[in-house]
Amino acid sequence: MTSTELDLTTTTPLATPVTARKSRAGTARIRFGLIVIAVYVVAAAIGPWLIDFDSVATRTADRLKPPGSRLSDGSLAIFGTDQVGQDLLAQMLQGARISIAVGLATLLLAGTIGVTVGIAAGYFGGWLDGVLMRLADIQLAFPSILLAIFIAALLGPSVVNVVIVLAVSNWVTFARVARGQALATRRREFVDASRTLGAGTWRLIRRCVLPASVAPVLVVATVEIGHVILAEASLSFLGLGTPASTPSWGVTIANGRNYLADAWWISTVPGIALAFLVISLGVLGDALRDRYDPRLRSL
Amino acid sequence: MGAYVVRRLFFSVFVLWGAVTIIFVVLRLVPGDPAYIMLGPDADQAQVDALRAQLGLDHSLAQQYVTYLTNVVHLDFGQSFRLSTDSMTLVMQRVPATIQLASTALLLSLLIGLPLGVIAALKANTWLDRTISVFSLLGQSTPSFWLGIVMILVFARNLQVLPSSGSGSWAHLVLPTVTLALPFLAILVRLTRSGLLEVVHEGYVQTARAKGLAEGGVILVHALRNALIPIVTVVGLQFGALLGGTVIVETVFAWPGVGRLLIDSISRRDYGVVQAAILLVATIFVLINLLVDLLYGFLDPRVRLAGDR
Repeated sequence: MTSTELDLTTTTPLATPVTARKSRAGTARIRFGLIVIAVYVVAAAIGPWLIDFDSVATRTADRLKPPGSRLSDGSLAIFGTDQVGQDLLAQMLQGARISIAVGLATLLLAGTIGVTVGIAAGYFGGWLDGVLMRLADIQLAFPSILLAIFIAALLGPSVVNVVIVLAVSNWVTFARVARGQALATRRREFVDASRTLGAGTWRLIRRCVLPASVAPVLVVATVEIGHVILAEASLSFLGLGTPASTPSWGVTIANGRNYLADAWWISTVPGIALAFLVISLGVLGDALRDRYDPRLRSL
Repeated sequence: MGAYVVRRLFFSVFVLWGAVTIIFVVLRLVPGDPAYIMLGPDADQAQVDALRAQLGLDHSLAQQYVTYLTNVVHLDFGQSFRLSTDSMTLVMQRVPATIQLASTALLLSLLIGLPLGVIAALKANTWLDRTISVFSLLGQSTPSFWLGIVMILVFARNLQVLPSSGSGSWAHLVLPTVTLALPFLAILVRLTRSGLLEVVHEGYVQTARAKGLAEGGVILVHALRNALIPIVTVVGLQFGALLGGTVIVETVFAWPGVGRLLIDSISRRDYGVVQAAILLVATIFVLINLLVDLLYGFLDPRVRLAGDR
């Protein structure tokens, strides 16, 4: 376990001239990622207003229509309809809202817990550091999806529970990064100078240590949000994530499994949307990491 | 080396104790009486009281914890509520299927992932490298439950060349293995590539080149061996994700392993089996990590020395 710790606290030299030469490269990747993500966020924000989605409505005349069909009310179903005649696009827009909201809420919670624990451990050191980091080690030694499944199984499916479960299984990464930064910062001259001038512990943490960990934490957050969204979809697929009344992508994909023979699109289309979002987040995360914090490459 | 091994063994036991404790705490933190949760909303008061007594819930929390630890040490998770068999026995019956699936997936990832990573590093920043990187990114970002469904759609429903679910023959193993292996394979490609790129400019690689060794020998013998050291650790950690992935893949393909038993038991509120399954997978994971760390010490003497000091 000590090996992962080393990666974050020691500065590995930029061994590859490849990354050194291309220090400003990645602009294209960052742009690509940002544009795609912006499209998803806009679609999630205003899409459900433009196309109504009613989770309990059933229109038997429009059941299992393939993509591009005209529905009985004359509207066009670009991605087809599901087994109760719901427009798949409307369902996916609603799903985008749920998946992105769950992702952001999870990161906020996991980030808050992780950064607090990490800075406390790194800044104060001693037994507190020992206890908190052993806790993190235990959790890392436990497959996180299993922990999520176990807690989700006991709590039951709901949006809030998914956020709690995923935050509990994701705070460790944030804690490690923040701890590394706190360790590196607390011995710096400007921190000593502030302390000499009479700054208290709380002020030192808030003004010196915390700002130092903002950039790496944001990079980690970008890398992690894709994983979180995937994990949410996986839990929902297993019936342990968001309940069936809130059609996140995982729920829709699971639902489509029962109609594979007649309606391939119900499972396929949301999966493509999900994969494309996760890919874009991955591309953006990697590019940001390469540019701002190559030391985090092992994460 | 001896002290290092002992230290790592001690840590593994500590982690398992932590996992058991977390399960205990979570079970008690959940709102509601575990007896009610296990029996479901239809149970009458007599049943609940009987189960409370059986689980020892009428004792103090500390007493409960001690009893719980004792039972766990004896691998006693109580009877399954569904089938009146011992929970652990039920889980153990499913282990071979999961091991079969996980090990073929691991083998497939290593056989394809390592060579692809080496090729990508050797041809860094060419079209070949970019193609491999795109493939690797796709593999990491594709939800495996969705990939499984799409593969059922293509290979089982449309082409009708492979069975869509179940087990029994080698043909049944193909789709689940590929689905499970893909994300792992993708990570392996990435790690091998970046690991190799980090060492190819080291002094000893230049020395090997200056000695006049063939490029293939330089890469395979000198560079790759050192690049493998960090890869081994991450592969160990990622193996946990692979084990977690079996839960999803087994559900998609109706593979009769521990993962599917876990999900079935959750939906039937059979918590004895759930605990046994989770603890068993956690134990396998901890043992693999122990093995990896010992291997790490063997591959990189520096770790061993730091441990002995």
